[in-house]
Amino acid sequence: MLDKQGIAKRIAKEIKDGYYVNLGIGIPTLVANYIPETMDVVLQSENGLLGMGPFPFEGEEDPDVINAGKQTITMLPGSAIFDSAMSFGMIRAKKVNLTILGAMEVSENGDIANWKIPGKMVKGMGGAMDLVASAENIIVAMQQVNKAGESKLLSECSLPLTGVGCVKKIVTELGVFDVLPEGGFKLLERAPGVSVEDIKNATAGKLIIEGEIPEIVI
Amino acid sequence: MNKVISGADEAIHDIQDGMTLMLGGFGLCGLPENCIAALVKKGVKQLTCISNNAGVDDFGIGLMLKQRQVKKMISSYVGENAEFERQLLSGELEVELLPQGTLATRCMAAGYGMPAIFTPAGVGTEVAEGKEVRNFNGKDYLMEMAFNADFAIVKAWKGDTMGNLVYRSTARNFNPVMAMAGKVTIAEVEELVEPGELDPDHIHTPGIYVHRIFQGVNYEKRIEQRTVRKKD
Repeated sequence: MLDKQGIAKRIAKEIKDGYYVNLGIGIPTLVANYIPETMDVVLQSENGLLGMGPFPFEGEEDPDVINAGKQTITMLPGSAIFDSAMSFGMIRAKKVNLTILGAMEVSENGDIANWKIPGKMVKGMGGAMDLVASAENIIVAMQQVNKAGESKLLSECSLPLTGVGCVKKIVTELGVFDVLPEGGFKLLERAPGVSVEDIKNATAGKLIIEGEIPEIVI
Repeated sequence: MNKVISGADEAIHDIQDGMTLMLGGFGLCGLPENCIAALVKKGVKQLTCISNNAGVDDFGIGLMLKQRQVKKMISSYVGENAEFERQLLSGELEVELLPQGTLATRCMAAGYGMPAIFTPAGVGTEVAEGKEVRNFNGKDYLMEMAFNADFAIVKAWKGDTMGNLVYRSTARNFNPVMAMAGKVTIAEVEELVEPGELDPDHIHTPGIYVHRIFQGVNYEKRIEQRTVRKKD
C-alpha cells in the first residue's frame, strides 16, 4: 500500500520536461517534492503566479507571496505574477499541461466530486471547477477507500459534482487506473503488497483488468 | 484629476445599507484592511459582498460577518471561517458559491463593458442550475453575467494621486479585475505618490477606473498559513 508520499512520488512520474503544472491542495502539493531537478517544470498557482518556489526560510516569509492554499511560498528567477482573471484564462485556454487534484469521489465515466458534502461541509469549489472543466490532462490523487471502508471509485458519484467526464487517471494508495472514454476504471498498476483481489474489493464502479498487473515502481 | 481623499471613513461615507460591494484579496492577502475596518465602524448592514473568500473569524470580511453586516456572500471558497459556516448552516446568511475563474471573469466582463461571458466551469453541476447553456464547437458552456457592483474596494501597493495603481506579488489577485468593475472604485494603497513617480509601463490599473484613493495606515497583512523550511 502507498502512503501519501508514495502516491505523490508515483504521480511525479507523470510529469514531463517542459510542463506547466497546477497542483491542488493536499497530496498534490507533495508532488512538487518529487519532480526531478533535471526537469524544467513550472508550477502554476491559480491565485496568480507562475514559477512557484519552495517554502521560505524561517523569518523570510512575505505575506504578499502565497500560493492557492494560502501558504507562504517563494518566487523563483523567471516567476511571473498576474491577476485572477488571467490565471483562469490560461487554464481555460489549456496552456497548463497537467492538473493534479484531490477528490472525495470519482465515477467510472470520469465525473469528480470534491467540493461539498450537503448538510455537513460547505467550503466551496475554489478553482477546482474551472480546472476540471478545461484541463485536458487531469490526474486525481486520492484515498480509494474512506474511513468507513467504503470505496470512493463508484459507478456514479453520490456527492454534488465538480465536473463531468473529466478525470483521465487516478492514483490511490492501492493502484493506478485509467478512466476509459467508454467508461470504467482500467487497472494499470498495483501498489506494493496489494493484490488484484484487494483492488477488486475496494472498487465499487466498473473495474477492468487485462493480463498481468505490474507492481508500481517508485 | 486628483482623486485623493482623506482616508477610509471618507472613502466609504456614502455606502448605504443593502448595497453590493466587491472586495479585493485572496485569503488574507491583498485585502483592503482600512476600508473593512471603516465599514465595521460605520455599521452599514444588509450588504452583498463579492469576494473570493470570507476572511477568518477575526480578520478580513470575517469582522463584518461577526457584526451581521452581510446579507449575502458571493465567493468561491469560504472554508476558513467558523462563524461564516455557522451563519450559513443556520440560514442567517445567503451564499452563492461560484467557480473562482467564473468569479474573476464576471468582474473582468464588467470592467470590459461586456454583459456576459461563456465558461465551461460548472457545466453538469449545481452551479449550472437556471443558467443558459450554449454549445460552441461541440462543447457546452454556461452563460455567466457580468457583475453589477455599487462599489469596488481594492488594495494596491502603490498608487498616484490620479488613481494609477501598482500591485505587489500575489497580493494582486482579484484587485485589478475588481478595480475595473465598480460603479465607484475605492483604492487604498500602502504608498501614495505624485504623478510621474510610477513608470507608465508598469501601471497595472489605469487611473480612469479609480474614483477615490488614499494612503492606508497600520497594515497588519496577516498570514493565514505560515509555512517555512529550515536552513540546512
